[in-house]
Amino acid sequence: MDEILSILEKNCRYTEEQLAVMTGKSPQEVNESIRNYEKENVIVGYTALVNWEKTEIENVTAFIEIKVTPQRGEGFDKVAERIYKFPQVKACYLMSGSFDLCVIIEGKSMKEVALFVAEKLAPLESVQSTATHFVLKKYKDKGTIFDDKLEDGREAIFI
Amino acid sequence: MKIEDMILPKIRNIPPSGIRKYFDLINEMDDVISLGVGEPDYTTPWNVCEAGIYSLEKGHTHYSSNAGILRLREEISYHMKNNYNLRYDPKSQILVTVGGSEGIDLALRSLVGPGDEVIIPEPSFVAYQGCTKITGATPVSIRLRAEDEFKLTPELLENALSPRTKILIIPYPNNPTGAIMTKDELSGLVQILKDKDILVISDEIYAELTYEGKHVSIATFEEMKDKTIVINGFSKAYAMTGWRLGYACGHPAIIQAMVKIHQYAIMCAPTTAQYAAIEALRNGAASVDEMVREYNRRRRVLVNGFRKLGLNCFEPLGAFYIFPCIQSTGLSSDDFCEQLLISQKVLMVPGTAFGECGEGFVRACYASSMEQITEALKRIGRFIQ
Ligand SMILES: Cc1ncc(COP(=O)(O)O)c(C=O)c1O
Repeated sequence: MDEILSILEKNCRYTEEQLAVMTGKSPQEVNESIRNYEKENVIVGYTALVNWEKTEIENVTAFIEIKVTPQRGEGFDKVAERIYKFPQVKACYLMSGSFDLCVIIEGKSMKEVALFVAEKLAPLESVQSTATHFVLKKYKDKGTIFDDKLEDGREAIFI
Repeated sequence: MKIEDMILPKIRNIPPSGIRKYFDLINEMDDVISLGVGEPDYTTPWNVCEAGIYSLEKGHTHYSSNAGILRLREEISYHMKNNYNLRYDPKSQILVTVGGSEGIDLALRSLVGPGDEVIIPEPSFVAYQGCTKITGATPVSIRLRAEDEFKLTPELLENALSPRTKILIIPYPNNPTGAIMTKDELSGLVQILKDKDILVISDEIYAELTYEGKHVSIATFEEMKDKTIVINGFSKAYAMTGWRLGYACGHPAIIQAMVKIHQYAIMCAPTTAQYAAIEALRNGAASVDEMVREYNRRRRVLVNGFRKLGLNCFEPLGAFYIFPCIQSTGLSSDDFCEQLLISQKVLMVPGTAFGECGEGFVRACYASSMEQITEALKRIGRFIQ
């Protein structure tokens, strides 16, 4: 079961037939497990990992630390929801430590991101403060090193 | 004086590798997919590399004790006990070598010479023949059979014994066939060996790469413990081929003899690699597990692929090799591999490179990415049609 998940997490383009061979299961079993995972929201989506720096498209990423006042009866969840529903928010985590929410924002420019923080996040009633950190370079994301060329460095020796 | 004549005949007579030509061909081609190499495609896990780097930063750039850093030998001892239920005293029964290769060489050089016979089940790793010939002893090949899934059977062993037999090499999990031997199958051999004055070199370099079930060493049989030299190393399981580190475990008298040659020929195994290996044994299990899981998937894909193409192969449960039969194509192993390389740019190794009885088979190594394996299968399919 979990094996299918760990394969898909690294590469979700394998067909069910391929997954079946790899795991020694029947295609029907694989199909069933995947449908179940999808139904139960264990698999919540399939995405490509894009290195935008290699494209013409401008893209900036920022980490925003947010301190919030938790709300009676709702804790942090309600504030988090207000925040993560913005499509600009790519990720949103509740954190331990000196701030509460860590929000990852993507936008076309620093200005756009800064404006979004200033106009949408900072003014929220329960937000006490924000601190914005722009990403200068992505070395690795989702377990993948961006600049790693998959070259076979093995020499043709005979063993 | 003719310099060539100064070379010892026993060395001169060792034939050059039959597959040199493939590598010459490859060098002139682009876009070759090689299922021909015999080492992991992974690089060494980073924590292990980092431990090597750290040892350099700390100035550990000296020789180590001849038998290897004691802490490493202790870790090896622990590893052998934990994983294979084998107890070896780190001080007297473990020698850290320059790869499993050196272990094989040292064991043979310590134990055999002219007049002795070394039984080598084939197809198998080429070094057994070469190292045996260098000692002046006589290699005696056993032709393993596809119908036995290339396992060594008691009957085949019995037929190969002679009064001069001194060593039997047990090469499982096997390169090139991927065959393994279970405890039951080994016990058949133990029945024959237990009362004879024959030592065993058990090459278990692929022990960690065993799929479905755990590797069993012949040394776990009480009757065989003292008579067996177990060879293992870091190359395959930890993706550390370039570090050149292995080890041999066995009876103190044999290890002591091997240390004698080792100390004069090599002095000690590379110190940096030894520090890295300590980290590998302490904190490398998760990386090994992950690589083994991925090899296992590739193994299934490749076996399935070959079978779909009509190339018979038994289910190989160890190492990272598959040994399909190509007789249905009407080609010899050598022609098959050469034509496949030239027309489709896929490299496999003819079975004959591992002994005459490998004729009709080829070795495919699945230590390559899934994408390469899938593409290789497509090309092989085109070739067969
Ligand atoms: C069966 C077998 N034994 C031993 C070795 C030697 O490995 P190393 O000297 O890198 O430990 C190899 C390498 O290919 C092998 O296939």
